[in-house]
Amino acid sequence: MSKMHEEVLEYVIDEYVDEDDDIEVEVDTALISSGIVDSFSMVSLKVFLEKKYGISLPDSEATPEAFDTVNSICELVIKFQG
Amino acid sequence: MSNIGSYEQRVTDFSWDIAKEVLNWKDDELLNIGHMCSDRICDRGDGEKTALIWEGFGDKKATYTFNDLRVLSNGFAAKLQELGLEPGDRICIFMDKIPSLYFSFVGVLKMGGVAQPLFSAFGDDSLEVRLASAGTKAILTTQKHVKKVRKIIDNLPDLKHVIVVEGNPDKMRDGETFFDVETAEKFEDFECCKTSADSPSVLHYTSGTTGQPKGAQHAHNTVFGQILTSSWVLDLQDKDIYWCTADPGWVTGTSYGIIGPWALGITQCVLDSGFTSARWYKFMQDNKVTVWYSAPTAIRSLMRDGKELIEQHDLSSLRHLCSVGEPLNAEAVVWSEEVFGKPFLDTFWQTETGSMMVTNYPGMKVKPGSMGKPFPGITAAVLDLKTMEPLTEPGEVGLLAFRPGWPAMFREYRNQHDVYRSKFIGASDDATPDECRLNTDLWYASGDRASIDSDGYYWFVGRDDDVINTGGHLVGPFEIESALIEHEAIAEAAVVGKPDEVNMEVVKAFVTLNKGVDPDDMLELNIMNFIRKSLSPLAMPQEIEYMEKLPKTRSGKILRRYLRALEWGEDVGDLSTLENDD
Repeated sequence: MSKMHEEVLEYVIDEYVDEDDDIEVEVDTALISSGIVDSFSMVSLKVFLEKKYGISLPDSEATPEAFDTVNSICELVIKFQG
Repeated sequence: MSNIGSYEQRVTDFSWDIAKEVLNWKDDELLNIGHMCSDRICDRGDGEKTALIWEGFGDKKATYTFNDLRVLSNGFAAKLQELGLEPGDRICIFMDKIPSLYFSFVGVLKMGGVAQPLFSAFGDDSLEVRLASAGTKAILTTQKHVKKVRKIIDNLPDLKHVIVVEGNPDKMRDGETFFDVETAEKFEDFECCKTSADSPSVLHYTSGTTGQPKGAQHAHNTVFGQILTSSWVLDLQDKDIYWCTADPGWVTGTSYGIIGPWALGITQCVLDSGFTSARWYKFMQDNKVTVWYSAPTAIRSLMRDGKELIEQHDLSSLRHLCSVGEPLNAEAVVWSEEVFGKPFLDTFWQTETGSMMVTNYPGMKVKPGSMGKPFPGITAAVLDLKTMEPLTEPGEVGLLAFRPGWPAMFREYRNQHDVYRSKFIGASDDATPDECRLNTDLWYASGDRASIDSDGYYWFVGRDDDVINTGGHLVGPFEIESALIEHEAIAEAAVVGKPDEVNMEVVKAFVTLNKGVDPDDMLELNIMNFIRKSLSPLAMPQEIEYMEKLPKTRSGKILRRYLRALEWGEDVGDLSTLENDD
């Protein structure tokens, strides 16, 4: 797992999963389609990625599919890191 | 042939008694929505018909007949009675769209309780405000959401019962009751509460410009408005597979996601899973959905994902599409005709109205972007903003208003009679809620602005207040501002809606920071997450702007309308009351 995968996974767990939840989130766990992260909350996740990695993600790319797993999120970030 | 037939003929011949004819209703029958949605359908011989097709995330699926619905709702009703709950008690339903949400809603009504559904994404602050206001006696929730209740229960002296309906029973805490209705003792018989037309049924909270959210109280009589609009607008017919995408935490999800269709004995399906276009299309394909009631935000998201995805699915079962929550833009109507072969019909109504008020109809010409025409039996008008008299010239913009008297109209704002009275133009200062509701000389003010064209079609213009409509949900700026100033970095806050391509509006916050606080990179994110957790994802500002000072009147009131006008590129209007530095 890359450092970026670790950082994004840690953020998702810290912000969207409670200790009491019986959910194990891994890099390939569905986030949006499972309801762990709802579509409105995607905005704060996008802001996190932009601030953390110094990129700008266009809204057209920040789709539920692109944000559905930590793996797909990291792919998106790498694409915009150039 | 559609149920409504000719709109013009229905307007001419209209009587609300037609709703009773549609139901084959006898006046000596028990008027209890819970009974009507379950027992009554079984009594007429449809007990083995499918009531609910449910799918969750992954491959979770379940199907229930009307007889299952009858027995499982009996189980909830009996359990609530056993715990000592009584008719009139407010019982909150706080869970995702799992089957128990639907069974418990029907069960609460059967035992005479007041069902108070709340959106499960609400954070603990939003939950507390609504439970405190309602004096809620019991809350039905799940292990996933009970932790929010635990944080606030000490502040809620009226809340006597926390009932967890799904999860691990070993994780319950002292004072909590675990009750899984599907594995619990079955109750073949339950004597429903003898409610009447005026008995309270459902309590929905809605946001206003000022103050905390208001509880709009409905009564069992609403069912007649809901079934007739379900029949004539949604065109629900016996063999339909109907999908209402709304969450029952909001009024669409109960009026048209439970009551209207089930009182008519219609099969419904529910998808309890996050939104992706592919998942929605697959769900409709697999379940052969025929009637689909959705929201512009979702429709615009589907549009964004393109036509190719639709072509990968067999959606030939779809025969009728409707939309609600915010104005449906003309492009979405045209797009749906192109890709589904039929237009989405826009419907307009509110938490307070309880049922559809101005809509488009099967068979009536659709003008893309228009709200349609008033439902038969509804007297609507657009009022001059100064005189409050109906405007007569086509295209003139005014306040959309309705003459009181339709069956689904709300009965009160809980404990806020003055606010209720203020919704009725012309009401005397001492008028009771019933005097307002039954006085057909008054106008009920919707809070929206509209115009009427020369063909009698209504066109939505915008809100008449500061309430933000985001993704079809109304969000009150005051509630968010109050929460923002609880954040350690924030001194003052003003919240407005800003335009958004998908959600129509999203929340934008203007804040001033406390002395010594630097707006570093992560502060915006920190504030966003603070609001998301304490209120809800809907209330979370999607943009935060830091200001040295907020625009205020000389009397110190923050000028939200000025900030909103700037966001929308509108005329800022009269600024003579604006405070200046001189």
